[in-house]
This record gives sequence, structure tokens and C-alpha cells, in this order.
Amino acid sequence: MHPSPDPLPRIRAARRRDLLFATAALVVLFIASLVLFGLILDLVVRGAPHLDADFFTNYPSRRPSRAGILPAWVGTTLVMLVVAVLAIPLGVGAGIYLEEYARRNWLNDVIEINITNLAGVPSIIYGLLALGLFVHGVGLGESILTAGLTLALLILPIIVVATREALRALPREMREGAFALGADRWQTVALFLLPAARPGILTGIIVGLSRAIGETAPVITIGALTFIAFLPPPPITAEFPWISFDWLWSPFTVLPIQMFNWTSRPQPAFHELAAAAGVVLLVMTLAMNALAIYVRYRARRLLG
Amino acid sequence: MKSKQDSDSHGRFAPSSAFLRRRALRARLMHTLLLLTGTLSVLVTAGIVYTLVRDAVPFFAEVGLLTFLTDTQWTPLFAQPRYGILPLLAGTLTTSLIALLVAIPAGTVLAIYLSEFAQRRLREVVKPVLELLAGVPTVVYGYFALLVVTPLLQRLIPGLPGFNMLSAGLVMGIMILPYVVSLAEDAMRAVPDALREGAYALGFSRLQTAVRVVIPGAFSGLTAAYLLGMARAVGETMVVAIAAGQNPRLTFNPLEGAATITTYIVQVSLGDAPYGSLAYRSIFAAGLTLFVVTLLFNILGFWLRRRFREVY
Repeated sequence: MHPSPDPLPRIRAARRRDLLFATAALVVLFIASLVLFGLILDLVVRGAPHLDADFFTNYPSRRPSRAGILPAWVGTTLVMLVVAVLAIPLGVGAGIYLEEYARRNWLNDVIEINITNLAGVPSIIYGLLALGLFVHGVGLGESILTAGLTLALLILPIIVVATREALRALPREMREGAFALGADRWQTVALFLLPAARPGILTGIIVGLSRAIGETAPVITIGALTFIAFLPPPPITAEFPWISFDWLWSPFTVLPIQMFNWTSRPQPAFHELAAAAGVVLLVMTLAMNALAIYVRYRARRLLG
Repeated sequence: MKSKQDSDSHGRFAPSSAFLRRRALRARLMHTLLLLTGTLSVLVTAGIVYTLVRDAVPFFAEVGLLTFLTDTQWTPLFAQPRYGILPLLAGTLTTSLIALLVAIPAGTVLAIYLSEFAQRRLREVVKPVLELLAGVPTVVYGYFALLVVTPLLQRLIPGLPGFNMLSAGLVMGIMILPYVVSLAEDAMRAVPDALREGAYALGFSRLQTAVRVVIPGAFSGLTAAYLLGMARAVGETMVVAIAAGQNPRLTFNPLEGAATITTYIVQVSLGDAPYGSLAYRSIFAAGLTLFVVTLLFNILGFWLRRRFREVY
């Protein structure tokens, strides 16, 4: 028999390779972060000087010094209102159904596989759906309502999946306890499960809405205007019944479209405006995502 | 105090039959409503397939499916239009492959590091940051590609055109990196610790454990991460529409500009193709192609992901 060779050198070599890999990975991490934060910093540096009050209260203009994002942010706000009203009840409802009500049968299998697949459908396909169905099929036109419907469908899978995961994380004993007290399934859901699952559901809703704010492609397909010099009719009016829904049918533009438009122009002055619009967009979406992460983090800490 | 109706003579809870009827009615109502919201997602898919097919079928009837799949020119706005999807597919594949060349190696290394090497503290910082980055709007990445990365590349590669697939692909790679890292790390963490401990007990180093035990164990999950990243890149619109150029060109040269399927849809949407015209219908045919391609990647990806979940 051969004497077993000394293992120490081989172990040392393996350790060195470990260290080498860890260093290489940290370098990759460093480079990736550097590139990203470099890009974002560049955007902020170019855009920040334009972020004054006029920028938020002016209409877009052929003259870069006068151009602003008033119709864009108003449009984004109104569209998001529609998205929230539609997507939250529908998404949370579907999540509750799949997690608490559905038994294993072919219909529920189809629904489940379908939602997973919908999450992977490119956003521009939703735009084509809306163009064929809402704009021309139902005749809603190129309106705020169409945009809201489209983006609501787009973020539905995000909210459904978040609701399901939040409900799934709740202990079985909660349901059994509620049933033992005589609650029926709906009472169990409404009085016990939903309040406990609220942070998880809220996280999903915020992430979904922030996704909808930044979406550009589907809104282009349904014909958002790229140059707009008016606001939609106000939702509150002077005459009875004081509330008007005319704005739902109004043509519109949104922030990402405005940024896209300025980016694709040849003049550098517009590129700076694009950077400024990008900063506004980035602040909104990142703040929402950060809020979502914080809500989940806090809920995890409270649960221990 | 409870109302008298709700208790029997011993004071025990005894709901009235009217109360029970109301409750049963509400239960049935809620069940129906929730079922409806659940089936809505199926309607959305049906709606997508229906709208794409409804306008794509007359398009194929006029152009011919064979021509669509084999013609090497896509010139729908010329006097004598030609409708071959190959140039658009070439643009889509080239930009997506560049993105994957960035995202797969970097994503795998980072996922191995986060899952097998990093301290818990670092992981707890990096994971939320990855999620945060996934929220950056794609139009912002388009801006980066055209106005920051392309000028930089032009300094390195003289003669690089202002619209090129290289810049769009690189930025798209950075864009899908957080997504790929996140999925790949999930796949590796799903490998049970017992396997790792076994490997350590046999004297494996961390890297050896990662390469010989964890990666083979997470193989299907890793493949799924790459496929889902690919699907994301193929369907991405704004980065390529802004930075990769608008001309459909049958080329795989990343230093040239070329339109992708998504770019073409954006281009037609920004102009005004009359409803029902061949140009209008062509975006649905292009969209159907995109839908089928991404669906294949997604189905394969989700199937593999489910598989790795079931193994452990």
C-alpha cells in the first residue's frame, strides 16, 4: 500500500481557490453596483438642475427652457387611480380564492398555471390586447380608462401571487381556531386571515403599482399622446353632482412616455429634460419599492 | 349583551334561522365573487390569444405564413412591402444573447457568492437592493443605453453607429441581472443543507461544494433562471426601441443597429396605421410571434422550477 500523501497542501490550495473566488465575486458585485450607481448618478447630475417648480407646472414645449411635465404627472396620477381601483380588489380576490377556496380540480389547475404564465407575458403584448379589445373592440378609445384597465391587468399576477404567499404563510391553526368558533369560510378570511396577511398583501400591491407607474410599452401601443398641451377635465366640478368622470375618457400622456419622447429627440437640451423626468420617475418607483420592502421587513420583525 | 333571539333558554349561543340564512347567502355570494376574480385571469389569457389571432389570421391569409417565416426582408412601409419576420427575429435574438452573455456569468457568480459564501448580514443588504433595482422603469434603462453607454462605447470602438445592438444588449444585461441573481440564488438555497454538510464532512472546500454539489443539485432551477431571464430579454421593449435602431436588418453583428419585434410594434404604434390595414394587422402578427417565443421559454422555465422544488 502506498502511504497516503499529505493532504495539507491540497487543502491549502482549495482554500486559496475559495478566497480567489470570493474576491472575484466581490469584484463582480462591485463593478455591477458601480455601473448601476454610476448610471443613476449621471441621470441625477444631468436632470437635477431642471427640477424647479416650473418643471412641474409647465406644459411640454418646443422650447426646452419652457418645457415641463404637468400633463404627464397629472396623467400618471389619474391612470394610477384607475389601476388601483381595479387591480387591488380583483388581485386580492383572486389570491383569496386560489389559496382559501379552491379545491384541486382541473379549473383551478388551469387558473393557477395561467397566472404563472401571465406574469411572464411581455408587457407590450398587454398593449396589443388593449389596442384590439379596449380601443377598437369595446370602443373605449385612447383614453385614461383604457390605460388604467391595461395596466391593471398587467399587474394583476403580481398582486395575486403576493396575496397567495401572504395567506399561505399563516399557520393552519388560525383557520382551525376560527372554524372552531363557528366562523364560516368568509368570516375566517375577512376577520382573521386578511388582517394577519395585510403586510404581505400590501407589499405586493405597492410593488405592482410601482411597476405600473414605470410601464411605457403598453401605453405607447394604446396610443398615449407624446405631445399634449391640455389637462383632462377635473374630477370635481362646480355644478351638481360635483363629481365628474369625464376625465376617464380623456386623451392623456404619462411620465414614462414624456421621458421616452424627450430621449428620442436629437437636441441635447431635451435629453436633459429626459434626465429630469427620469429622476422624478426613479424617485417615485424606488420610494414605492423601498416602502414595500420596509413594510415586509417590519412585519417579519414583529412576527419574530 | 346578546340579543334574545341569539340565545336559547340556557343562555347558550343559538343563532336565529334568519341570521343563519343571511350568513349562508353571504358565504355563497362571496364564494361566487371570488371565483369570478379567479377566472378573470383565464379570460385575460383568452383575450390575449383572441386579439392576437383575430388580426394575425387575415394578415397571414394575405401575406402567406411561409413568406412570413422565410422571407429575409421586413419592409412594411415601402411601396412594395415585404413581410419576412427573420430580420426582426435576428435583432431580437442578437440583443437578447448579448444581454444573457452579461447576465448569466455575472448572475451565476453572484448567486454562488450570495448563497454559499456571503455572511448573512451582507445577504440581507444585497437581497432588498436587488429587489429595489428590479423596480427601475425600463425607459430609464433605454435612456442609459442611448445617451450614456453608447457615447462611451463610441470612444472605445470608433465608427460605432449611434444606434447599435451592442449598447442595448449590454444595458439589457445589467437590467435583467438582479432578476437572474434572485432566481438563481433561490434555486441554490433550495438545495438542502444536509448535502452541503456531507460535502464539508468529506473535506470539500466551499467552492468545491458549490461546483460539485450545489450547482448539480440546483441544475434545473438554474436553467429556469436563465430561461426566465431570456424570456424577459426577448420581450423587453423600451431599451431596444430607444437604443438599438429602427431599421429591420437581417444581421447578427452587434455593432450594427437593427429593429427587434418589439421595436417594430412601437414604431407602428407611434405612427398612425389605420385600423384594419395590413400595417395595423402586421403588429399583431409580430406580437403573436413574440408571444409564442416568450411562452415557450416561460413554460420550460416554470416547468423546470417546479421540478427542482419537487426533488427536495
